[in-house]
Amino acid sequence: MALPKLAVHKFASCDGCQLSLLDLEEELLAVAGVVQIANFMEASREVLPPPYDVTLVEGSVTTPHDRRRIMQIRDETTVLITIGACATAGGIQALRNWRDVDDFNNYVYAHPEFIDALQESTPISDYVKVDFELRGCPISKYQLLEVLVAFLQGRRPNIPTYSVCVECKTKGNPCVMVSHGTPCLGPITQAGCGALCPSYDRGCYGCFGPMESANAASLAGHFEWMGLSNREIVNSLRGFNAWAEAFRKESDRREALIEIGGAR
Amino acid sequence: MRETLVIDQEGVDALIHTLTDRGYEVVGPTVRGQTILYDTITSTDDLPVGITDRQEAGTYRLETRDDGALFGYVVGPQSFRRYLTPPGNVFWKGVLTDDGFETVELPEPPRLAFFGARPCEVAAMQVQDEVYSAVGDPVYLGRRGRSFTVAVNCSEPAPTCFCDSLGTGPGVSNGYDIAMTEVVDGESHYFIAEAGTDEGSEVLALLPSRDPLDEELVHARRMVVRAAERMGRHLDTDGLKEVLYGNIENPYWDEIAKRCLSCTNCTLVCPTCFCSTVEDHLSLDGSEAERARPWDSCFTLDFSYVNGGPVRPSPGPRYRQWLTHKLASWQDQFGSIGCVGCGRCITWCPVGIDITKEAAAIRERDVRRVVVGASSAKEGTE
Repeated sequence: MALPKLAVHKFASCDGCQLSLLDLEEELLAVAGVVQIANFMEASREVLPPPYDVTLVEGSVTTPHDRRRIMQIRDETTVLITIGACATAGGIQALRNWRDVDDFNNYVYAHPEFIDALQESTPISDYVKVDFELRGCPISKYQLLEVLVAFLQGRRPNIPTYSVCVECKTKGNPCVMVSHGTPCLGPITQAGCGALCPSYDRGCYGCFGPMESANAASLAGHFEWMGLSNREIVNSLRGFNAWAEAFRKESDRREALIEIGGAR
Repeated sequence: MRETLVIDQEGVDALIHTLTDRGYEVVGPTVRGQTILYDTITSTDDLPVGITDRQEAGTYRLETRDDGALFGYVVGPQSFRRYLTPPGNVFWKGVLTDDGFETVELPEPPRLAFFGARPCEVAAMQVQDEVYSAVGDPVYLGRRGRSFTVAVNCSEPAPTCFCDSLGTGPGVSNGYDIAMTEVVDGESHYFIAEAGTDEGSEVLALLPSRDPLDEELVHARRMVVRAAERMGRHLDTDGLKEVLYGNIENPYWDEIAKRCLSCTNCTLVCPTCFCSTVEDHLSLDGSEAERARPWDSCFTLDFSYVNGGPVRPSPGPRYRQWLTHKLASWQDQFGSIGCVGCGRCITWCPVGIDITKEAAAIRERDVRRVVVGASSAKEGTE
């Protein structure tokens, strides 16, 4: 029986997520034994023709060219899985969505007329049907392996959508907010990183995006009670997943408060 | 009645060593970072000596105290549940063979000595005994059945404590092998120790000890009585089940939901919460499989997921489910309230939602009374 064909594609991104596949090290040979790596430029210059059984897509859509390319990739694959904050939420580059992209072009490039960029950086799912979104900046290589194995074994992947708090409590981490008043996005952020930052006594930065029922308004209210300014709250919500709806809505609401209330 | 003895810090050390020598892994309070957690301890040096905790809704801070008390704090975020049903516990393992599969034998569960268990902790284990005995759970019962409990009575409750409302403290009445009361009185520092089981007596007899003076017994007892009078919080349990059952549709649940993060912290720090899920892990080549039991929480969407979607998609019903189960339907299910008044859910809620306040708020806004009485229904929604 022929092995399932795997393709990996990149859009606007840093490559970190697709490198998680190569980062599997110990498991990599086993993966290579169960899938045929058919199109993965980071790993091999050999490209097998489509169709593909499963395609991993990294990065966000930022140009008209991206928009055309993702349609074609969708047509060439049975299963499409997006990986990382860029592909699932627009990434850190979605910060431009609050500004005028032409201003950046004029400022950065000697010949801005050569640049053909969209006003917004947006997730892949804004353009095509996505079968599974794997969160993270970067993704967890273990979660990537779980998603691939689940796909190969024809079962639902064990990728929880609850908060980072579950991982902290499971690991035995004391809460950084309660025990030393460090602001933490963990309660509204999806698990998956293994509660990396709180394990080192730091607050969560929200790398895995909003959890399943993120109550960002309540947490932001608590941040305010802890002494954070609206500007600080906006900045905390506008990171790698700034454009994800739950984070975006609350950061917009808080920004509007700054505009009404002046400097703070 | 079993004998009561007086031991000093050396005696407490001897107790830890004796339990260790008898094959127990002694698990007790110890400072980790800026919190008191449970971990393996080998002597009183590992205890948070001269440390106290300051707790309020959503905050916890450690501070030093100058009396060198071994147990001068209440409870941290963890309970012994972590040891009785460890999160992610693998309870079945198998390997593929030529003609099917073979079950792999799992290691024996450890023999645990729960050291410094507060009365609410002991009560929580008794609540969980009911839960897990009802289903004959081998993981819990296998560990619990071979465990040893050294309880410590409370004399300084936290502002978040309300065990007195539930009759689970501040003094322990049963469910221990050895119970101690620490007395720090000027220059003298001693522990009144009492055995609750034959094994407890046997261990106690091995420690350096002396007989107590009458006034020492009276003093220790008075400290515990006084603790009951200084509870930081109160839960009115009178008719609570009926109040909660009668307020399933109270709009106030949605008011709580505006603050609730659905983060699961209350359920994961609760010493009686027992929900878990089941996960199967399969190796890449399919040759090895294991079945594990991660902790779960009624605040996650997956928890109530059935064909078509979650039964409780919004946070209001999830909070209602938790509080109503803990304080009301638990009584029908297991014959007691599921809360022991430890206050962990209050302290460790990142936004400080308080179970005692919310239960009281529902009682105040009792929709049954609003319908019967003259006050407007609007009042209940504010």
